[in-house]
Amino acid sequence: MKCAVGIDLGSTTTKAVLLDEDGRIVGRGITNSRSNYEVACAVAREEALSAARFELLRQAVEVAAGRDAHAAGAPATALQDAYRLELYLAELAELTAEIGTLLESRPMEAHRAALTPAAAEVLAEMAEGAALLFAPGAERKSDFFRDLAAAAFMHAAERVAGAGGVPFDRLAGLFDRAILNVETRLKSTDFGATLRRAAARVAAARGDGPGEAARLALLELADRVAALPIAEIAFVGTGYGRQTLPFPKEAIRSEILCHGRGAHRAYPGTRSVLDIGGQDTKAIQVDERGVVTGFQMNDRCAAGCGRYLGYIADELNLGLHELGPLALQARRAVKVNSTCTVFAGAELRERLALGQRREDILAGLHRSIMLRAMSLLARSGGVANQFTFTGGVCKNAMATRVLGELVGEHYGAGITINTDPDSIYMGALGAALFALDDARAGRPALLPAFAAPRGAAA
Amino acid sequence: MSGPATAPAAARPADPAAGVLARARHLVEDRSLSAVAAWKAAHPGALAIGYLPIYVPRPLLEAMGCLPVAVFGGGDQVDIIRGDSYFQSYICHIPRSTVELGLAGDLDALDGMIFPSICDVIRNLGGMWKLLFRGRYSAYLDLPQDFDPALGGRFYVAELTRIAAELRSRGAAPLSDGNLRRAIADENRRREALVTLDELRRSEPWRVPASEAYLVARAGGALPAPEHRDLLQEYVRAALERQVRSYDNVRVVVVGSFCEQPPLELIRTLEMAGCDIVDDDFQLGLRMIEGAVDADATDPLEALATAYLERGAATASRYIAEERKGAALVRRARDASADGVIFAAASFCDPALLDQPMLEAALADAGIPHTSLKFAENTGQFQVIREQAGAFSDAVKLWGSAA
Amino acid sequence: MSAPQAAAPTPQAAKDASQRRQKAMLADYFERLAAARENGTKVVYTFVPGNLVELIDALDMLPVLPEINALQSAMRKRSAGYIAEAEKAGHAEDVCSYVKCDIGMLKSGNTGPTGTKLPEPDLLLLSYTGCFTFMKWFELLRQEYHCPVVMLHVPYQAGGAVSGEMQRYVVDQLRQKVVPALEAVAGRRLDDGALRERLERSRQAEDDLVAVWDSARNRPSPIDAYFGGVYYIGPIFSAFRGGDGAVAYYRELRREVEDRVAHGEGPTTPDGSGAPERHRLVVEGPPNWTHFNDFWRMFSREGAVMVSSTYTRVGGLYDGGFRHDAERPLDSLAEYCLGCYTNLSLPARVDLLERDIRKYAADGFLINSVKSCNSFSAGQLLMLRELEQRTGVPGGFIESDLVDPRYFGKANIENRVQSYLQMLEARGKERTAA
Repeated sequence: MKCAVGIDLGSTTTKAVLLDEDGRIVGRGITNSRSNYEVACAVAREEALSAARFELLRQAVEVAAGRDAHAAGAPATALQDAYRLELYLAELAELTAEIGTLLESRPMEAHRAALTPAAAEVLAEMAEGAALLFAPGAERKSDFFRDLAAAAFMHAAERVAGAGGVPFDRLAGLFDRAILNVETRLKSTDFGATLRRAAARVAAARGDGPGEAARLALLELADRVAALPIAEIAFVGTGYGRQTLPFPKEAIRSEILCHGRGAHRAYPGTRSVLDIGGQDTKAIQVDERGVVTGFQMNDRCAAGCGRYLGYIADELNLGLHELGPLALQARRAVKVNSTCTVFAGAELRERLALGQRREDILAGLHRSIMLRAMSLLARSGGVANQFTFTGGVCKNAMATRVLGELVGEHYGAGITINTDPDSIYMGALGAALFALDDARAGRPALLPAFAAPRGAAA
Repeated sequence: MSGPATAPAAARPADPAAGVLARARHLVEDRSLSAVAAWKAAHPGALAIGYLPIYVPRPLLEAMGCLPVAVFGGGDQVDIIRGDSYFQSYICHIPRSTVELGLAGDLDALDGMIFPSICDVIRNLGGMWKLLFRGRYSAYLDLPQDFDPALGGRFYVAELTRIAAELRSRGAAPLSDGNLRRAIADENRRREALVTLDELRRSEPWRVPASEAYLVARAGGALPAPEHRDLLQEYVRAALERQVRSYDNVRVVVVGSFCEQPPLELIRTLEMAGCDIVDDDFQLGLRMIEGAVDADATDPLEALATAYLERGAATASRYIAEERKGAALVRRARDASADGVIFAAASFCDPALLDQPMLEAALADAGIPHTSLKFAENTGQFQVIREQAGAFSDAVKLWGSAA
Repeated sequence: MSAPQAAAPTPQAAKDASQRRQKAMLADYFERLAAARENGTKVVYTFVPGNLVELIDALDMLPVLPEINALQSAMRKRSAGYIAEAEKAGHAEDVCSYVKCDIGMLKSGNTGPTGTKLPEPDLLLLSYTGCFTFMKWFELLRQEYHCPVVMLHVPYQAGGAVSGEMQRYVVDQLRQKVVPALEAVAGRRLDDGALRERLERSRQAEDDLVAVWDSARNRPSPIDAYFGGVYYIGPIFSAFRGGDGAVAYYRELRREVEDRVAHGEGPTTPDGSGAPERHRLVVEGPPNWTHFNDFWRMFSREGAVMVSSTYTRVGGLYDGGFRHDAERPLDSLAEYCLGCYTNLSLPARVDLLERDIRKYAADGFLINSVKSCNSFSAGQLLMLRELEQRTGVPGGFIESDLVDPRYFGKANIENRVQSYLQMLEARGKERTAA
């Protein structure tokens, strides 16, 4: 299979999308961004590749099941979960090794004696609990190793520290330093070997299943899929240019163009796109071919970005994901005037002190952000049918509702609004489409082969 | 430390000023200018002309049968979308809400707008108005920065003549010396009523809270001068009837808010924090000329212009050549027996903020305590301001300084 | 209008003769400033828009332009410190960074861009032209220097034209206020002939300058009319208009530009020749001074050439045919002041930009909106919309500041610029494909 690769290096997450030569999406991957951009890109790409292979596997399994009801048998999801578990365990092993190295270092001399067994206990608990994380139907707050490992580590560390002897902070500090090194280290995953281990795990778990034949059939499929050549024929990268993106210049496209193109691919009828991210907000106008005709950015002011909500969540001691649902329960929208995040906190406190309901205030705050977004849209040329809402904030049901109301009020009732849970991939999708263009025009850039694994980051 | 003394609800006498205050408030909050529309219906063919802060000589407009309508933006009640789409984040709020009101049709009762030379934002807003509302009258009034009658005075008369001609061509009644003298006389009477109000504020601030003085002054924005004079006099009479105890707050002058208006709540917050605002520049436009203009002048237009040159109030948008910058403010503070000055500037307001260091220096030399804060017309929280004003009034009371 | 490629283009290392001359003129000027007190030469501070250099020079006085001091401080990376000083002294964050930079420089010893102390003013010529902040600036300086101030109120061209009354007001002020104030400081009467000579020289220089601007109609444009343009207006705007130096400079510059046209060369950029011309842009708004070359490179490296700009007209608009006129000294000085770009109405500015977009066959236009300058910035978003509607040409919008480095977010600006240029590229392809 030949595919075009698009990578979007965001401030929080890095995404990759693979398209086949006909432009069909064959794989998507996402990982948390980190200080080493190259590693972030490599991981995202790996994720996308493995997603692509899993899709191929799923198709192969379906075909096989069609031929023989007892063949293979293991649903691809179980295999994918097991695969993820294997990856997690592999990274956990790296983390363990890294912690070991840290403990051996000179600054740790004083605490080594106490810390070593404590750390070992924590890590052991993590290894034990790993399988549960990836059990069928398990709900995980995140798929990123950093998040899962941190949660598991801290949970275990609290218990271990509580049991006596070692201060929690010291254990936590170990994790913080180790994870930095682990996740900024370039490594390659052997898809085939990992998949085999995963397949073995799944087969072993199926005690009363179809038996040895099925197990072998699955392993054989896994091998076949792992061996499938997936050639990357073109690459385009995009992302927020805080620092230089680790791609050759010819391979970079602006995130605005990629985002507009991606949104248009997902919704060919869309002409206006609003992306509210954590750090910035973009209003983009595209034509019938997905070419950007105008855009405006708010990249200077927190009001109107996801950060505003984060700030509010902190003030109220809530999780970000709780704001929307709470706001939806408002009985009346309190008019919040402060458009500046600096004053929003003060205004929030004052209103709470006056006895106003949290839900009502939140409703007002949501309206405040969306007014900023509407203003940016107006600046960029308005809202044309269809209108697509993307970015982290689009997952907030209150934000979406208010936006719908405002669009209806100001641009008429006939505007279709698309909100897409997969909108986080739009930039990478657009990038991949540009890559495909390049390939077809005979000018493809290729994903750089990132340097061999480096030493531990400082 | 607030307004009229409160007795138990059942026994509390009705406030004699309640009625006039309610009318004033209604006028001030009349964002879609229903009162203006009513006036126009009652005066078919006459023009209602809006103007931005600070000052446009209202008698000129009234002499031509027009109703001058002071426009102060949308305050804190307008959701701004389109208005914001035209302005970057580092520009004050009043042009946003004014554009929003304009685009929403709230200003449709106006037959035109005059933009006086106060700063570059309002100046450019006038140009924007021409592009946004083609065909509607939009004029700039370039107030003179030279105060020589033969130079700036002559230019100013030419400006006023030009505006009069433009209004005439749009259907206003012709400007005659007779009309203008009458209008000037009306304005003088309104001015007197304002003086009476201001003097009462200064002598008995417990009888005339600043927030109320604000409402009754601002209510005149869309009234002919005689009606406003009546309203002011009614309020003063009512205030004098009030049964109130005097109390001892710190006396302050508030300056810097001559264009974008603070929310009423902000004024109240300052009062509740222990400051009696005995003088301010919120409604500077109505008080721009000190004293009466000669209503019997052979050339009343000349008289109007000369009054501006010679007795126009010192403010940030006026070039001060003859004396030290800030001397006028020191005089004002002393005249009002003020204990201190509060600088309340709208965020991003170039005139107020650029002036402030010079004014502060003058106050410091005169030993007058001061503090400063910023606001926007749609500021929604006042806790910080309350604390700051409270600390200021406490410090002044205790130590006679802001230290 | 392109010419056939000639042999080798000019080597990048060698500076143009005009650049060398300008450098020499500036060095000489600062030396004279440094020696002013000693020599008893009087010094007049004034502003770039509405600067009356011919009058000042005719009375053998030296002009100082605080705006130029501020931008020079920024280019030498000193503005951040000066601004901090001013803010410590109580100046608000919201106000113009030119003023704060100047106040800060004053409080830090008033050392000018070349390292020598600037002489204090004998007179503040407050040419109140196109910018409200100017009034406050000189009110502030008056308090610092305790010297005389003379106000020249240049009325705003709100109606899109200069009326007889406006003209008369300025001429009368010149005759009755400004010239007497200058004479009082100079200690002698203004010699009419001296003034006329200088006005005539100004006219000559202006003819050549306009020819330089017009050269941008060529493909490729031999000049960058924004980044490069800033260097071209130096002599005209600062201390040299009306002098022989300016005449020589512009004659030389014009020849150099004509030479580049003949060879089909594009403008010189910080990196030498820059990439081949791909995009032709008209720019509205002042440049950023703290990151001037970085900002320039965002364009020059992509082959984006500025074919016209409005900032280069703040100190005088000559494209429409206006010239200083020895036959009508005070009248033409008044016309000059009234015609400076920032004194034009918003509709007139839009018309001017529209004209330039068509005249120079621009593919796009860019607005650099600076936080400090409300005169330029208030209303630019409406201008953006109007121009897009009228010309069909896409507008880019970026935000920065004059001399406060805190407001130049390099990554953000690069993002916007690259996105805009790529958008132009994509639209260009789309039009070709259609």
